Amino acid sequence: MPFSSENSREWVERRQLTRTDPCYPRRVTTAIEVSKIRAVRHSGLVRVTHWLTLVSFVALLVTGAEIVISHPRFYWGEVGNVNTHPLFTLPIPASRDTVPTGYPYVMPDQNGWSRYLHFQSAWVLVFTALVYGIAGVVSGHFRRNLVPERRDWTWRAYWTRIARYLRREPPDRSEMRSYNLLQRTAYLTVVFILFPLMIWTGLAMSPSFTSAVPAAAALLGGRQSARTLHFFLSWLLLLFLVVHVTMIALSGFGSRMRAMITGYNGDPPEDPEEERL
Amino acid sequence: MNPISRRKLITMGLAATAGASGLIEANRLARRYGLVPPDSGGFFGPGETLTYACQRLLTARTPAREFPRSMISKNPFANEVAPPKEEFKRLQAGGFRDWRLVVDGTVARPTSFSLADLKSLPIHSQITEVACEEGWSYIAEWIGTPLSGVLRETGVLPQSRYIVYYSIEKGLWESIDMADAMHPYTLLTMGMNDGDLPVPFGGPLRLRVPRQLGYKSLKYVTRITATDDIKKFGKGLGSVDPEYGYAWYAGI
Repeated sequence: MPFSSENSREWVERRQLTRTDPCYPRRVTTAIEVSKIRAVRHSGLVRVTHWLTLVSFVALLVTGAEIVISHPRFYWGEVGNVNTHPLFTLPIPASRDTVPTGYPYVMPDQNGWSRYLHFQSAWVLVFTALVYGIAGVVSGHFRRNLVPERRDWTWRAYWTRIARYLRREPPDRSEMRSYNLLQRTAYLTVVFILFPLMIWTGLAMSPSFTSAVPAAAALLGGRQSARTLHFFLSWLLLLFLVVHVTMIALSGFGSRMRAMITGYNGDPPEDPEEERL
Repeated sequence: MNPISRRKLITMGLAATAGASGLIEANRLARRYGLVPPDSGGFFGPGETLTYACQRLLTARTPAREFPRSMISKNPFANEVAPPKEEFKRLQAGGFRDWRLVVDGTVARPTSFSLADLKSLPIHSQITEVACEEGWSYIAEWIGTPLSGVLRETGVLPQSRYIVYYSIEKGLWESIDMADAMHPYTLLTMGMNDGDLPVPFGGPLRLRVPRQLGYKSLKYVTRITATDDIKKFGKGLGSVDPEYGYAWYAGI
């Protein structure tokens, strides 16, 4: 029998009285329940993989910068070196004295540990992505929380949400428990486009991997093109990080951090039953 | 305790146990099948071991990437080398006629080859790319005799697991595993782009390992030692690179 609003209120009250009764059905949700219960913002899986991704991404970013400093010149095509014309040059000193930079000094060389840490962090990220990817499909996290709802697949929906940001409107009810359209689009882009391209362009620089899969480098235009794309992709990921942290700061740094650490928007409920919706 | 958290606890406990025993078993298998690099100790050991093990499973028999003749670099970059020592200058003055390559270690017939001896062995050429860990690269044609032929000539023994090779420069030495040593593209290189291998590029003798980064392609090779125990060499990390903080395996 469908609940009317009256008997659902009655049900919540009855539920509170009979909560310890194990025979009572658990999985009945009502509108009133939603408003009464503190929301579970992020699942344990999302929280753990989020922080692992952050740690390995920061390590990859720092060590990647260190590696670039040894040769801050970029090329297009298969080959490129100090005797060939660069696509562009970073206006920074290099950590090797064979690179002409216009600076009279050479930066400290950090390539050894940077390379070790770069690849180790890449492995952490790959395993994190495997767990996140498989669990995301199995649990329906991608379908439920990342893929925009069908009715939002329009430019108009994007403009509406951007306008709400510009007017600094607070998140609506549905956004308390899940992501809005712009968040979903940004997260999908990072997870399913930028990170896979990052892995591809990285592997395309491996002489061993490309001996098995030459197309990995050839399809990108060559080894140096892969290196240049890898560099640009790292800037896009850094841009995402900056916007992401800015939005968190704007929407309440403390509460957003608490949600990504404890899983709850506010204090965790005392009764674990409350967590279930 | 409520039944849901108990179920979660059991599931997580089982998963953790399975994960831990899986790791122990994987480590045992990796050691048995030679998937653990000599520099597998320390903080970066897990990453290096994963990289090396995956590449060995994926690329034990893949050829190197080759390029058409039209892609040979017009101005290849030799990279800087230390100024030559007296011994090198003396050999160079004699047109490298007295250059010797000593092959010893776990081989049936330790032999000393002159460059003329090496040139009398089957000569191969390949157009492959040198990629430096700094990021730059160039393509050249490399001409020489495969290391595998020299190892067969000297009767390399079946217990050999690594081939250690030394530069005339004191303190510069490398090693590769048998998969790379016996690989047809691993070339004792004496010629480059239809001429003799120029000194800045490693002449008169460079060991080209085209499926790894440039620093594994050691210049001025004078000695090759086959071994069944890489721990006996240097600090036991496989080559001089890890002693300076660089990975032993450079196939990435």
